[in-house]
Amino acid sequence: MTAFVVRRLIRLLVVVIGVTLVTFAILHASGDPVALIMPEAPEADRAALRQALGLHDPLAVQFARFVGRALTGDFGASFFHRVPAFGLVMERMPTTLLLTALSMTLALAIALPVGVYSAVRRGRAVDQLATGTVFLGQSMPVFWTGIMLILLFSVQWRMLPVSGWSSWASVVLPTATLSTFTAPLLLRIVRSSMLDVIGLDYVRTARAKGVSEWVVIGRHALKNAALPLVTVTGLQFGLLLGGAVITETVFAIPGVGRLIVGAIRQLDFPVVQAGVFLLAMIVVTVNFAIDLLYVYLNPQIRVR
Amino acid sequence: MAVSLPSAVLPYADDVARAPSGSRTWRKFAHNPAALLGMLILLVVVGAALAAPWITRHDPATQSLIRRFTPPVWAPGGNAAYPLGTDQVGRDILSRIIHGARISLLVGVLAVVISVLVGVTLGLVSGFVGGRADTVIMTVVDITWSFPQILLALAFVAALGPSLVTVILVLGFTGWERYARVVRAEVLALREKDFIEAARAMGIGSARILLRHVLPNTFSSIVVLSTLQVAQAILQEAALSFLGVGSGRTYPTWGQMIALGRDFVSVAWWLPTFPGLAILATVLAINLVGDRLRDALDPRV
Repeated sequence: MTAFVVRRLIRLLVVVIGVTLVTFAILHASGDPVALIMPEAPEADRAALRQALGLHDPLAVQFARFVGRALTGDFGASFFHRVPAFGLVMERMPTTLLLTALSMTLALAIALPVGVYSAVRRGRAVDQLATGTVFLGQSMPVFWTGIMLILLFSVQWRMLPVSGWSSWASVVLPTATLSTFTAPLLLRIVRSSMLDVIGLDYVRTARAKGVSEWVVIGRHALKNAALPLVTVTGLQFGLLLGGAVITETVFAIPGVGRLIVGAIRQLDFPVVQAGVFLLAMIVVTVNFAIDLLYVYLNPQIRVR
Repeated sequence: MAVSLPSAVLPYADDVARAPSGSRTWRKFAHNPAALLGMLILLVVVGAALAAPWITRHDPATQSLIRRFTPPVWAPGGNAAYPLGTDQVGRDILSRIIHGARISLLVGVLAVVISVLVGVTLGLVSGFVGGRADTVIMTVVDITWSFPQILLALAFVAALGPSLVTVILVLGFTGWERYARVVRAEVLALREKDFIEAARAMGIGSARILLRHVLPNTFSSIVVLSTLQVAQAILQEAALSFLGVGSGRTYPTWGQMIALGRDFVSVAWWLPTFPGLAILATVLAINLVGDRLRDALDPRV
C-alpha cells in the first residue's frame, strides 16, 4: 500500500514536470513570441521586450527559471492587464469550479437514476430511448447547445438572461448547457458499469435468497458499479473542464476559460500559460485523488 | 494502470478482437437501421462536400446588402433562391454550409490520420518493447491526458498562427494518446499468444513480428476508434473556429458561422441554427456508424 502511494507520488511529480514543460512550450511554439506580441513595434522595443522576458538565454535556463517561478505561482505580469497573471486566474477560478460542480451535480442527478434503470431494463424501450439520447447529446457541439438554449429561453420566451453570472437565474442556462455535454457521458458510464455487475453470480445469489429487486439493484449492484463510475468520471475530468471553457465563452461568464480565450486573442502569453497550467494542475490533482480513492475503496489492492 | 474499467467505455482494454470474415461483419452492420441511416447521412455530406462548387447556387463569399437577413424559404419573407436564408452581409447560408463541410471533413480525417500514425506507433513500441520505452511513452500519455485537449489545441493554434494546416496538425498531435493506450493494451495481450510465440520460435525478427503479426490483429480496434475520433475532431475543429482560432476567415467553416450567428441570435435565429444542425447530423452519423462497426467487428457479441 505504502509502496503504491510512493510510486504514484513519483509519477505525479513527473507528470507535473511534464505539464510545466508543455506550458512552457506554448510561448516558444511561435518561434519568436515577441514578433507575435508586438508585430509593428520598432526593433529596439522588441529587443527590450526580449531582454525583459529573458528570451536570449538558452532554452534550458529559461525552462529552469519558468519552473522555479511557476512553483511559487509567478507566471509574470499580464501583457494586457499589467498585473500578475496568477492572480487574474485565481480570481476567476471559483466561478469555473462552481460551474463545473453545478453541472456535474445536475448531470449525475440525471445520469445515475436513468443509467441504472436503463441497465436494469436493458434493450427495452426506456433503454433504447436513453441510448438514443446519449448519441444525440454526444453529437451536439456544446457551444451550439448553449446558443439554442439562449434562443429558446432568453430570446423566444424571455425567461432567463442571455449572459452573465450575477444572479441565480443567469446560472441556469450555462449549467444546463454544460450538463447536456456531461450527462450523456456519465449516463453511458453508469449504464455500462451496472451491466458489468448485474450479470455476476453474487447478484444472482442475492436474488435467489429472496432479496427484493430494488434492494438487489440499489444495495448490492450499485455499490460495486460505483468504483468504475468514480474512476472513469475522474478520468474524464479534463474533458469536463474543456466543456466549461467553451460554455463560459458562450455565456460571457467571468471564469478562467473566458479569461484564457480572451488572452489567446490578445496573445497575452503569461495569462494563457498561468490559466492552462492551473487547469491542468486541477486535472492532475483530481486524477491523483481518484487513484488513491480507488486503492482505498478496492479491497483487492488495499490488502496487498 | 491498475484500474478496471467498464467494458463499454474502454472496450479494448483487456480483450483482443479478431476481425471476423468480411461478409459476416457486413451483415451484422447492415442489419441495423440506425447505422444505415448514419451511412446515408454520411454519403450525402461527403458527396455535398466533394461537389460543393458545382451544386451550390451562390458563391459562399458573395455579399449582398439588400438581401441580408433573408429568412429561410418557409418563413414569411423567405426567398426560394436562398432556401436556408442569408446572413448579416447577405451570404447564402446553404452554400456556406455545403462549403463548410469540406473544412470539417478535411480536418476531421487528416487530424485522425496523424493521431493514428503517432498513437499506433507509440502504442506498438510501448507494448512490444516494454521496459524504459514503455515507461517514457506512458508518462507522455499521462501528461497529454492532464490537459483539457481543447485548451491545449487552442493555445498552440494561437501560438503557431491560426491556419488550416495548424489546426490539423495541432488536433492530430494532441489527440493520439487514446490509440497509444488501446494498441499498447492489445499488444500486451497478443504478446503472450501462441502464434506470436510460434513466430518467434521460427526465428522471425521483432520488427517483422510486430508489423506482420501483431499490427494486423489490432486493425479492428483502430478502425472503430478512428471512426469515432473523426466525430470528435470535427467537434473540436468547430469549437476552435467558434473560439476564433480556426482555419481563418477566407473559407466558411461551421464553427465560425455559429460564432457570427451568436451575435445576431435575437434578430435571425437561422444564422447559428443551421450550421449547428449540420455539425449535429454529421457527427451523429459518424457516431452511429462507428458504434455499429464496434458491435460488428467485436467477435464477442
